[in-house]
Amino acid sequence: MIPLSWYLILSAALFSIGLFGVLARRNAVAILLGIELMLNAVNINLVSFWRYNDPTRMDGQVFAVIVFAVAAAEVAVGLALIISVYRRRNTVAADEIDLMKW
Amino acid sequence: MDFWSNPVQAAGVWLTGVFAGWGMNADAAGILTAFIGILALISVVMVLDIFLVWTERKIVARFQDRLGPNRVGPFGLIQPFADIIKLIIKENIYPIGVDKVVFNLAPVLMMMSVLLLWAVLPLAPVLFGVDLNVGVLYLIGVGSLGTLSIIMAGWSSNNKFALLGSFRQVAVMISYEIPMVVALLIPTVLSGKMGVNEIVQAQEVWYIVLAPLAFLLFLISATAELGRAPFDLTEAESELIAGHHIEYSGMKFGLFYAAELLHTFTFGGLIAAFFFGGWRGPWVEQVPMLGLLWFFIKATIGYWIFGWIKYTMPRIRIDKMLDLNWKFLVPFSFVLLMFIALMNELLRDTSFYAIGMFLSNILFGWVTLEILRRRARGEREKLEGAKHNDHVVTTSVVHSD
Amino acid sequence: MTAMQIIFLITAAVMLGSAFMVVTTKNLVHAALWLIVTLFGAAVLFATLNAGFIAVIQVVVYIGAIAILFIFAVMLTRRTMSETGAGLNPNWWLSAAIAVILFGGLAWLLRGWDGFSKAAPALPSGFDSVGALSQALVSPEAYVLPFEVASVLLLAALVGAVYIAFQKKGEE
Repeated sequence: MIPLSWYLILSAALFSIGLFGVLARRNAVAILLGIELMLNAVNINLVSFWRYNDPTRMDGQVFAVIVFAVAAAEVAVGLALIISVYRRRNTVAADEIDLMKW
Repeated sequence: MDFWSNPVQAAGVWLTGVFAGWGMNADAAGILTAFIGILALISVVMVLDIFLVWTERKIVARFQDRLGPNRVGPFGLIQPFADIIKLIIKENIYPIGVDKVVFNLAPVLMMMSVLLLWAVLPLAPVLFGVDLNVGVLYLIGVGSLGTLSIIMAGWSSNNKFALLGSFRQVAVMISYEIPMVVALLIPTVLSGKMGVNEIVQAQEVWYIVLAPLAFLLFLISATAELGRAPFDLTEAESELIAGHHIEYSGMKFGLFYAAELLHTFTFGGLIAAFFFGGWRGPWVEQVPMLGLLWFFIKATIGYWIFGWIKYTMPRIRIDKMLDLNWKFLVPFSFVLLMFIALMNELLRDTSFYAIGMFLSNILFGWVTLEILRRRARGEREKLEGAKHNDHVVTTSVVHSD
Repeated sequence: MTAMQIIFLITAAVMLGSAFMVVTTKNLVHAALWLIVTLFGAAVLFATLNAGFIAVIQVVVYIGAIAILFIFAVMLTRRTMSETGAGLNPNWWLSAAIAVILFGGLAWLLRGWDGFSKAAPALPSGFDSVGALSQALVSPEAYVLPFEVASVLLLAALVGAVYIAFQKKGEE
């Protein structure tokens, strides 16, 4: 039997790795990959709390399903934006898209 | 338990006993027996795959009014082994710039995604891999692994035609997943369960009688998912050379080809399980293993239907393929699902359930055909009106000469 | 060490390793493929948590749609067939420090919570989590409203994505 702590530590580690990916990567698509890692860590957290608190209440699983829908929507719009920016500027490096900096 | 009513389970229990007797702890013995069972199933399926090569060539030959392979062995039965030997002794070519890991992984992943499907198919009332209660969704999920392997094959080949072919194939596959999911939801609604074995058990009346339109919908979208004709633009030699497996030679190409044939047979098995009653047949209650025979007969009929369509119809262009999906099949499938759910609720407890569902499906199909006919007539009149105007102009030009 | 614990440890090791490869490898298609390994590990974890439906939905939605979308986007936003470019920006050490501090803070905070090491309660026998989830998603006392709002959100995202990335014929 697996204590709850293992799942929570795993999702915290995954979240931190995703955060590193978001903050440290140059390519915009790679930043989105980091965001996906963070969303997955959140899902693991939600489902493990569902299982370990009261499995007969469905709140945790419903929340996880809604997170799936939101993640899919966000990836679709984010990638459409990145492709559109690539068409104008011919680059997707996050530090080269700096037209609005002073 | 009685050996004759459940031989595979009895053999598994005996084997676990043997391993425990050798000193392994009970958990590990169970896991080892499960592994041996998986290995046995995969071996049987792969041997079946070898004979599918022979079956395919004989079927296509008969449709084209010729004999097919009949030199190598009686009726050409040794032909697939000759093919295998030829493929194995070919050179493994790696073009410049290929990404070796992904290149080698793609055919393996393709074959793996097909073999994983066999885990939920109920071969007999007592013979199935695992009784998953979300079996229908599992089938869809594993299909997406196949899509992934096609992208990997196309990208790692370092070849623009391979990339283009794999993009097109993946676009077709992910588009046709939607009507396929809805067509698989219809047996789920009719039986109330999502597990494949439970759907087979709920088929007192075969679902092809209760929902023939769902069968047709599944047939069309499965043909597109498999990448078989008439939806095989990406593999056609005259169009795009060989699509995502241009750069593959030898046994890797053999794996792609064998995976495609086995995928077709597996979908024949799915048609058998969802629409033809799976392992149901005469005398199955007394001898449960007879279900295996009925299942394979029905799966072979399903495989033959796919071959029939493939060798009779011409190829469809890629933009018309996607138009067919998004403009016709997706709205049709959603309305069909709602209609069948409604009819199921209304007719379920009456005495004319089967006849009522069948006739309502026929009515729905007729209404759809009428709508399509009106639209086609409108389009044709628009075109003929334009042609008529051109004709008048030409005539006046001739007369004024 | 029970079998479940061994499965969990192997899956966790694979997930953390591939997540690390996602954020460090320069070749973006490889990063997307490592993400697929991570997502698959998450599906295995959901299965060990008796959430079978969520596990299969993870494979269908994330691996079957989102990961493929990522691979397409990576292929459409490169200048040449083999360009990779620099992976990390010059401030990567600061990001690494922030990530480590965040993980340390979370672990320390959670350890002070008394429910941290509790065991899983037994599932009631004959519990049909798929049926219960479907009831929760469509019953008015439960979550039908968020469910419908999520569908509207997906519709808005669909329309928005098509509009943003659409190229009229002949437009550059």
